Amino acid sequence: MNNTEQIKKSLNKRYRKEKRFRFLSLLAVLIGFACLFILLVDMLVKALPAFIQTEVKLDIHFSQEKLGIATHFDPEELQNANFRGLIKQSLQQLFPTVHKRSDKRAMMRLISVDAEYRLRDKLQAEPHLLGQTVQIWLLVDDDVDTYLKSDKQFGRVSQEQIAWITELEQQERFQKRFNYWFFQTGDSREPELAGILGAVMGSFYTLLVTLLLSFPIGVMAAVYLEEFAPRNRWIDFIEVNINNLAAVPSIVFGLLGLAVFINFFGLPRSAPLVGGIVLALMTLPTIIIASRSAIKAVSPSMREAALGLGASKIQVAFHHVVPLAMPGILTGTIIGLAQALGETAPLLMIGMVAFIVDIPQGATDAATVLPVQIYLWADSPERAFVAKTAAAILVLMLFLAVMNGLAVWLRKKFERRW
Amino acid sequence: MNVSTLLVTLVALALFSYVFGKQRALSIAKHNRHSLHSIPSYYGYMTALWCGLPALFLLFLWLFFETIVIEQLLIASLPADIQSLPSGQLSLVLNELKLLATPALMDSNTEPMKLEAVKYLLSMQETSNSLRTVLVLILALASAAWGFSRVIGKTPARLLVEKVVLFFLILSSTVAILTTIGIILSLLFESIRFFGEIPPQDFLFGTEWSPQTALREDQVGSSGSFGAIPLFLGTLLISSIAMLVAVPIGLMSAIYLSEYASPAFRSVAKPVLEILAGVPTVVYGFFAALTVAPFIRYWGEMIGLDVASESALATGLVMGIMIIPFISSLSDDVISVVPQALRDGSYSLGVTQSETIRLVVIPAALPGIIGGILLAFSRAIGETMIVVMAAGLSANLTVNPLEAVTTVTVQIVTLLTGDQEFDSAKTLAAFALAIMLFISTLILNIIALYIVRKYREEYE
Repeated sequence: MNNTEQIKKSLNKRYRKEKRFRFLSLLAVLIGFACLFILLVDMLVKALPAFIQTEVKLDIHFSQEKLGIATHFDPEELQNANFRGLIKQSLQQLFPTVHKRSDKRAMMRLISVDAEYRLRDKLQAEPHLLGQTVQIWLLVDDDVDTYLKSDKQFGRVSQEQIAWITELEQQERFQKRFNYWFFQTGDSREPELAGILGAVMGSFYTLLVTLLLSFPIGVMAAVYLEEFAPRNRWIDFIEVNINNLAAVPSIVFGLLGLAVFINFFGLPRSAPLVGGIVLALMTLPTIIIASRSAIKAVSPSMREAALGLGASKIQVAFHHVVPLAMPGILTGTIIGLAQALGETAPLLMIGMVAFIVDIPQGATDAATVLPVQIYLWADSPERAFVAKTAAAILVLMLFLAVMNGLAVWLRKKFERRW
Repeated sequence: MNVSTLLVTLVALALFSYVFGKQRALSIAKHNRHSLHSIPSYYGYMTALWCGLPALFLLFLWLFFETIVIEQLLIASLPADIQSLPSGQLSLVLNELKLLATPALMDSNTEPMKLEAVKYLLSMQETSNSLRTVLVLILALASAAWGFSRVIGKTPARLLVEKVVLFFLILSSTVAILTTIGIILSLLFESIRFFGEIPPQDFLFGTEWSPQTALREDQVGSSGSFGAIPLFLGTLLISSIAMLVAVPIGLMSAIYLSEYASPAFRSVAKPVLEILAGVPTVVYGFFAALTVAPFIRYWGEMIGLDVASESALATGLVMGIMIIPFISSLSDDVISVVPQALRDGSYSLGVTQSETIRLVVIPAALPGIIGGILLAFSRAIGETMIVVMAAGLSANLTVNPLEAVTTVTVQIVTLLTGDQEFDSAKTLAAFALAIMLFISTLILNIIALYIVRKYREEYE
């Protein structure tokens, strides 16, 4: 075997190695894609049931004696009226053979506990219904809902309940409709009643506080560091601090909030105000770093021209540099806010994990935020909450996608090269 | 008037002051164009600042001291036997009174002594409220009037306003330092209290972690044990699994994207991979707990392995997925800084592309890559939500990835969520854990940033 042949042989081996290496590196990229794809599809598939809600049609007779109210009742009387009895009566007419107490209770569990309040609201809105029989669609319990959605493979309904459900199905008393309720209510212990509006509003107030604090402070700090700061050790120290803060684990910020803002300053627990302050401190490094690079990118000729016309340094900064850098600053701010929107851990520390039904009306009301709501629902044992969790995740990811899309659009639209 | 209305009123007053100040300066300018030092609008700004700043300052001072003063007055008004209670019980009584201070909660069953105290508390709150409003508004108007009287030609309004603006700029830039100081002080303060109860060597080298302190002294396990070694080991185990997943995949994708990929593919693939970094960690936690962990458990049982339902493997895998984009974009950055001349030299010797990458490019970029890996590792040990949702709570001293382990961050969250008194060793332990976490991530970050900066300087 001569030399050339040997080289040829080894060359073939090296080319094969080259191909293998190239394939492996491409594979790594594809694995990354696959992870993202699986994650998104998994959330989508898990979330779909949450957008559909089953209702059952019952013939409700608004009987005056059953309710125990006067013919011309006032609204307060309705608070104590026995609307649950109306549902019981209606179910008894449907299944006259059920007599045992425990069976009757099991039968009532087919219907959501919220149904009686719906009936009350209905009668309050339309008082003339008293004494009449009306067909009304009511929410079913989450176990029944899950049973119907999961092709009857779900084990938390009893044999008797299955028999009743089959009977109701044959009478075509079930309907599935879009679950708009999910977007209109706050949290609840009952999966069929739980909604995300409370968490969305909580996130909104929290982000509002974050924006109001971190945007001005971040921009002013960036302006100072880029336009005014002398080059000395103090400024180096500030820069090292900013870079380190960007890498401090988020949970540590939560402990800061707990120790300083709640225990020392006595601000309210569970409030978007404190959450917003903590998230503002977390987003500050992002905003400062982005604003600095946007300010740095403004051409020095702009500054020189303004100075030449007699502007003071502050006027140069605020009349010329900052407006020109604004697209970059806004892009950085939006990206920082998107990070803040997805943040969970620090908010757990300052008590935003409380179970809150009411929709917050301001920044000092007790509230929870979307990611924390996801965490709370993911911890709940009821199976129907799995779908709710995934649905809340989709809503959160949608908000994030919109914010990041806006940031990209801003950058593309106003990008300027000097 | 509540605080937000008061703030809105102040802003409105400041706006009026701006208008009046500017008008006055304009009317001066009408008589004599050159008698003013600055442009009229600066006189407006000056008056507005005079109106707003002192009043705001007073308002914040008031809010800060209000609760403390009211509390002291309330304590002084209570009967002597309550005043002499130990401070813990006294604060319980105060809290109860504050809760009662919402009128709806008071009824005929409330003790007369408490009723009296609550009434006193409410009246004090009312007085403080109205006094605050009146004083702040008076100060705002008075200082606005003073500012307005200063609108005369000689006043260097622009210089004054710019001085204030510069002061605020400097103040904003120190917020980062204040935050760091706040973090260090709050962690240190509580940790010292913790180490006063539990000796540091027991915490650092103890192998048993069971922070459940019993309610009564004589109950079993009333002391609780705070040996943090199982937590450190669990944290290391999960983040090592994450790095085992993320480093090869991240590094190889960075190599493909920077060396092989066409510009078109790269411009699509890079942002797509970065979406992985933008997914909130709570989503990864849900994915790990409900999809990956059952999947691994199922396949483990198929081949006859006993897998815990909260296995370290599942948690680490998902955390690894989260870290892929960090490694890939940081490595991508440093690989693209390697001078093209090095590659060209290698090609001219007849070396294939993959050999060039392995023997020339990667060794040249190695310091930067290691810096990136350290940054990613510090991210992994500080990561909270994935482990809270998918890792276990029991502190097992094991390195078996199929068993459940717990981590530092999980324990911080479990110790601090839920209701407990704030100064027990149990809650203070969270701060001791947090300071360990803070110090280790800080050291990792400093080393990583130093390596990366050093490396950049070498080629720039």
